[in-house]
Amino acid sequence: MGETGQAQLASAARTDAQPAIILDRVNKWFGALHVLRDVSLQVAFGERVVVCGPSGSGKSTMIRCINRLETHQEGRIIVDGIELSEDVKALDAIRREVGMVFQSFNLFPHLTVLENCTLAPIWVRRMPKREAEALAMHYLERVRIPEQAKKYPGQLSGGQQQRVAIARALCMKPKIMLFDEPTSALDPEMIKEVLDTMVELAETGMTMMVVTHEMGFARQVADRVVFMDRGEIVELGTPDQVFNNPQTERLRLFLSQILRGH
Amino acid sequence: MADTTTRIQLETAVARVPGEASAPRKPPVTATGFLGWLRANLFSSWINAAVTLVLLYLVVRWVIGFVEWGILNAVWSVPAGQTQACREVQGVGACWAVVTEKHRFILFGTYPYEEHWRPALVCALFIGLYVVSAMRRFWNWTLVPIWTVTLTVIGILMWGGVFGLPYVPQERWGGLPITLILATFGLAFAFPLAILVALGRRSQLPAIKAICVLYVELIRGVPLISLLFMASVMFPLFLPEGVNIDKLLRAQIAIILFAGAYLAEVVRGGLQALPKGQYEAAEALGLSYWQKTGLIILPQALRLVIPPLVNTFIGFFKDTSLVLIIGIFDLLTAGKTAIIEPAWQGFGVEVYIFVGFIYFLFCYAMSKYSQNLEAELNRHRRR
Repeated sequence: MGETGQAQLASAARTDAQPAIILDRVNKWFGALHVLRDVSLQVAFGERVVVCGPSGSGKSTMIRCINRLETHQEGRIIVDGIELSEDVKALDAIRREVGMVFQSFNLFPHLTVLENCTLAPIWVRRMPKREAEALAMHYLERVRIPEQAKKYPGQLSGGQQQRVAIARALCMKPKIMLFDEPTSALDPEMIKEVLDTMVELAETGMTMMVVTHEMGFARQVADRVVFMDRGEIVELGTPDQVFNNPQTERLRLFLSQILRGH
Repeated sequence: MADTTTRIQLETAVARVPGEASAPRKPPVTATGFLGWLRANLFSSWINAAVTLVLLYLVVRWVIGFVEWGILNAVWSVPAGQTQACREVQGVGACWAVVTEKHRFILFGTYPYEEHWRPALVCALFIGLYVVSAMRRFWNWTLVPIWTVTLTVIGILMWGGVFGLPYVPQERWGGLPITLILATFGLAFAFPLAILVALGRRSQLPAIKAICVLYVELIRGVPLISLLFMASVMFPLFLPEGVNIDKLLRAQIAIILFAGAYLAEVVRGGLQALPKGQYEAAEALGLSYWQKTGLIILPQALRLVIPPLVNTFIGFFKDTSLVLIIGIFDLLTAGKTAIIEPAWQGFGVEVYIFVGFIYFLFCYAMSKYSQNLEAELNRHRRR
């Protein structure tokens, strides 16, 4: 499958009026704790959105609501035109179209790298094994670790594991990719290889929603940056607007902390 | 990383002879080999040396005593029913003659003597079934027909009544086949039941969860013996007249239910040990509940609990001997019955050693196999 073809598909979808993700006044509580407060956001197909904010601001919870790893209690979430509800069929359809990359990789340790990648295409997409393996090798080459295909995740470095996790998600040919702090668990020298992979993915026109504190990455690929604090979307704009021209004291404080940390 | 190692090596080398790496030396002889081991572990101080010598003396004396009793002074066979020779050496020598004489009764109970080849073949089939099932090569759907066919053949052999085999009622079965039947069917049904119950206990559906909790707590809360009594005495009272479920089958069901409750808790332990991320990754990929459970969760969870699982298996293999209480003729009951005969009274030790040895063979095989399996299945965790 050509990358240009995919890019064309994505740009064709971009002109489509239907957004990839719609969050409409979403509310969520953990017990009595109000973790998402009237969160509303639309993400278009082909758009790259970076979500940042202090820890406990609800950014991970928000992204996890999108494929229902967490359930929201009020408001609506519509992904690829399908509304999230108790309906299991709708959920299955959404999860097939939405790939997710986790902070802690969450590769399956008892399966080889190749088996990690072919599992879902074979069982969920009902793809023949041979075809699934060819697809997996294609994406493993794209994240530049085809030579590790026969190894087990435990034999790889953190950066390699995270790249396998990205390849695994891509093997389902998702329309949308969610990244939940993909580099937070990595040693500094491995962050770059994962970010490079994500930049390349962004260049193919993939719709991406990324929770991260990597400001360089945000500036390089994000169409829009969302700043969250205490369960609310506080600011929303281009990387330039958000990082260079913060409107609120909360964002200014956050940015100063981030910059000091780096 | 590589940098620091090189630097340290360089510094060390510099400290010794400038510009020259020192040649590796052999460790001192006293620290290696058998002598080194002896020195370090048994004779490291005067007290340790003294304890070692005293224990060595006791072990040697016990071994000599056992060899004298069990081999040198032992009586291996006597003319049929003439236990005179045995009586003469009682106390100083073992009477293995009781085993020689009674082994077929101990192994096969009251099964018709001239048909003993049938239970013998059944035992061999069971062992063959274990060996085949233990091989990872067969861990796929082929096991289903293998088990079905083998168990059918075992049933035909035991009951007979077809293919010119005389019919043997279940009341006459006994000995090792009974033990193997109870253990094999018991664990083969209890294990899948346990997995379902363990999953059910973690279910989000309150009714399923409640049933599973109730089952585990109720069954675990009573002794196996009381369950066996219930199965053999109480249960028939509730059946409509004329319906009679075989006593062995009732005991078998009691054992399955009991083992299931225990194994369920072992399996649940494995399920709980898995990080939440594994569940989430499987769900995010769109796997259904059963795909997630069968492909991701159970393969990992069961590997984690191989030691307690086999521990429970071994425990239940031996617990099948409790059916003695309700008069089912398993291996241990057969052994006990063999020495009731007046001529052989007083030779219980030899019979129990023989029976114990058979139990040990099966349990030790399970234990060894589980160690290999654990090492093999956890290979992926090595770096």
